[in-house]
Amino acid sequence: MNMAAMAEPAATYTKPDSAKGAIGIETVGMTMRFGSFTALDNVSIQVKPGSFHALLGENGAGKSTLVKCIMGFYHATSGNLLIDGFDGDVRDPRDAHAKGLGMVYQHFTLVPALTAAENLVISRADVPAVVNWDSELKDLRAFMDAMPFRVPLTEPVHRLAAGEKQKLEILKQLYLGRGFLILDEPTSVLTPDEADEVLGHVRKLCEAGELSVLMITHKFREVTNYADEFSVLRRGKHVGGGKVSEWGHSDMAAMMMGDAKPAEPASRIETSGAPVLELEGVRARDRSGLGEISIASLSVRSGEIVGIAGISGNGQMELMEILTGQRPTSAGTIKVNGSPYHATRAESRRLKVRYLPEEPLHNACAPRMTVAENIAFRSFEANGADTRFWLAPGEMRRRAEHLVADYKVKTTSIESPITALSGGNVQRAVLARELDGEVDLLVISNPCFGLDFTAVAEIRARIMSARNTGTAVLLMSEDLDEILELSDRVLVMSEGALVYKCIAAQADIPTIGQHMGGHA
Amino acid sequence: MTVAGDIPGGQAPSRAWLVPLAGRIEGLALPVAALLAGFLAFALFLLLLGKNPLEFYSLVYKAGFGTAFSWSNTLSRAAPLLLAALCVAIPARLGLVVIGGEGAIVLGGVMVGALAVPLAGWPAFIAMPVLALMAALVGGIWIGAVGAMRQWRGVNETIASLLMAYIAIALMNHLVEGPFRDPASLNKPSTAPIAEAFRVGNLPGWNVHWGLAIAVLSCILAWILIERTTIGFAARIAGGNIRAAQVQGLPVGKLVIGFTALGGAFAGLAGYFEVSAVHGSANASLAAGYGYTGILIAFLARHNPLAIIPVALLLAGFEASSGLVQRRMDLPDATMIVLQGFVFVAILASETFTGRLDLVGWLTKGERS
Repeated sequence: MNMAAMAEPAATYTKPDSAKGAIGIETVGMTMRFGSFTALDNVSIQVKPGSFHALLGENGAGKSTLVKCIMGFYHATSGNLLIDGFDGDVRDPRDAHAKGLGMVYQHFTLVPALTAAENLVISRADVPAVVNWDSELKDLRAFMDAMPFRVPLTEPVHRLAAGEKQKLEILKQLYLGRGFLILDEPTSVLTPDEADEVLGHVRKLCEAGELSVLMITHKFREVTNYADEFSVLRRGKHVGGGKVSEWGHSDMAAMMMGDAKPAEPASRIETSGAPVLELEGVRARDRSGLGEISIASLSVRSGEIVGIAGISGNGQMELMEILTGQRPTSAGTIKVNGSPYHATRAESRRLKVRYLPEEPLHNACAPRMTVAENIAFRSFEANGADTRFWLAPGEMRRRAEHLVADYKVKTTSIESPITALSGGNVQRAVLARELDGEVDLLVISNPCFGLDFTAVAEIRARIMSARNTGTAVLLMSEDLDEILELSDRVLVMSEGALVYKCIAAQADIPTIGQHMGGHA
Repeated sequence: MTVAGDIPGGQAPSRAWLVPLAGRIEGLALPVAALLAGFLAFALFLLLLGKNPLEFYSLVYKAGFGTAFSWSNTLSRAAPLLLAALCVAIPARLGLVVIGGEGAIVLGGVMVGALAVPLAGWPAFIAMPVLALMAALVGGIWIGAVGAMRQWRGVNETIASLLMAYIAIALMNHLVEGPFRDPASLNKPSTAPIAEAFRVGNLPGWNVHWGLAIAVLSCILAWILIERTTIGFAARIAGGNIRAAQVQGLPVGKLVIGFTALGGAFAGLAGYFEVSAVHGSANASLAAGYGYTGILIAFLARHNPLAIIPVALLLAGFEASSGLVQRRMDLPDATMIVLQGFVFVAILASETFTGRLDLVGWLTKGERS
């Protein structure tokens, strides 16, 4: 494609020299060691020009290490990278960009306050000191016209929906002349519809020979629908792969898991209990301070999971903050087991309320404190019914060892800082802390975000078994599949209010989707 | 440690015990390396001035640590430095950077100078603890106010405490030159000298006042509070991640105000000893910069109250040698401040290495091929 030719004669946009359409990539015997730990062991993967290649593997299997070696963030201990069949010695990410390799990260890297056009122009390596916006806009329009999909150029990015932002991230890579793209779980922040749209466009670009793609994903559905080839890593080794059409989901899962077995989903037992959590007419300001969170009525019974579905940013985070006492309310009552609840430590202990916030390392752990100390957060001053003044390090250690073993937290030592653990293991450690002992109410937000499916299955089974033993669970999640799998009742949150409710077993996904989008 | 064997890559379970050890080695190695780097950079600075760095460091050794006389000089300077460093280290465990301990020292000292006059007839064993407690109270309120502004109004504690130190010094000058001025103090406005009976004496057999013993004891107590009590644990959680502490329902506000007030109380106590053991009355000598050297000490000690003890001794030795170095090597009196500046930049830079050294790997090198 020649964008300059499609532009008006006056437009000066020319493709960067590196843009030659799709670029093929091959790693040959790539090995990466960190100290005595081998993160990548002799991995050879080929991404043919114009192919859409899926990279599968559990957390810690070496996917990130591999793409970081390709992008020049790491220098492989041994092995080579071939770019279009030639030896590609990538010194650093800048060098990778110059060679036409690009990466789209899990989270957005756009400047929210700037427009799409401004974001595109500032991402160039050669932004002039004085930007002539008229001519840049003309060039950008010419560029957009040549693309199979487009985004509004003059809107500030923060007004774009998540799907639009992800499209803009991909357009940015094309604008910068990249012929090989790494997508790191690109759909984790998108609704299913948005994901389909974005990946559909990416696939078309591959078919047109504009782009080759290596996509890290956990979602098999995306692999079968969009990828043509796949590779599987396990414990740093390339354990299999091939044409997507020739393999089924169960084969891919078997390659990823090896001999490990995921926990069976816990069965749902019939329960009926009294209301544990009750919210009436609760109002609070939202994050921006402009909007309002307004929960007319919400109740969660003992032995049921109530799922709150919704697109991120519709008040779920604020609701979590209200329930954890971090956000003041202007009206309404919150009751747990019939008594007023303000989320003080004494109340949450007496009423047996526990929390599992999203991104536990950032919201529920002190990253530099040890695993044992983090596990003690809930109980360090409890001494039966009394409180203690002196710490009890011996007891703390014994409890931590016991819980670490029970919940299969993988750590070198319980004295390791918790930030050294992988995401799944941090989540296991926090879950161990919060589910230990009797729990009447468990408030959860996005418990499986970014986890591999062994960890996901295990964590969901833990939540289900808590429910089965009579815990009331309030589950907020952006993952609709998770909500439908776990919940007894489903509520939809949109613009700070609960706008729809149904029984999970009778849920109609399109209806829920419309309410999530605020179109009903 | 059955869990350790499950790690991908299969590290030997025997490595688990190395993890806390590695943490301790890192905690010691980084500040020591930073200190040496600071000394080395300062040596280059001396070379640029045409001075001999070896002569400088040997003079510092002689004047700070070489003789019994230099030791007593060093130790009596260490007392206020230890207490001033606690004023930084204790709030730092909550994630607060309080750098205005100088203000609490000054006001604590003024309190003693002013209050000693009406208490003159009291028995010393009552009056002395009252004076010490009042100095601690003033310091505690002063720095506790920084914590309260932080908690209730979101005022940055670093800037607030620094600016409040200037206010405190101005307040001292006003009080010492005005309402509390001893008419007999002509050249250097001071409060009336405190009664001889209220003067803090020397440690038995030492030429160093009791303030040193109290300061060392304070460091030990502060360490016990932070490392061995549930209150200290709650504070470390809040310092490690304030959101996690809030989700746990911990009383973050009380901790912030309590810990800043406690730090300020120690600094106020430093002011008490400066007046009742060193100067004999409150005057402008109270603002001697101990509060600022305390910042450097606390950072070098990584806010560990026990580590403050050796670091404060080292820095006190440098301050004690300042006079000799000026005379013998013809260096300006700002020399020690320049040295402290070099060390401070080095210690801040060393923070970026925290957690990046693969010490467990290094310790087990050769164990596995």
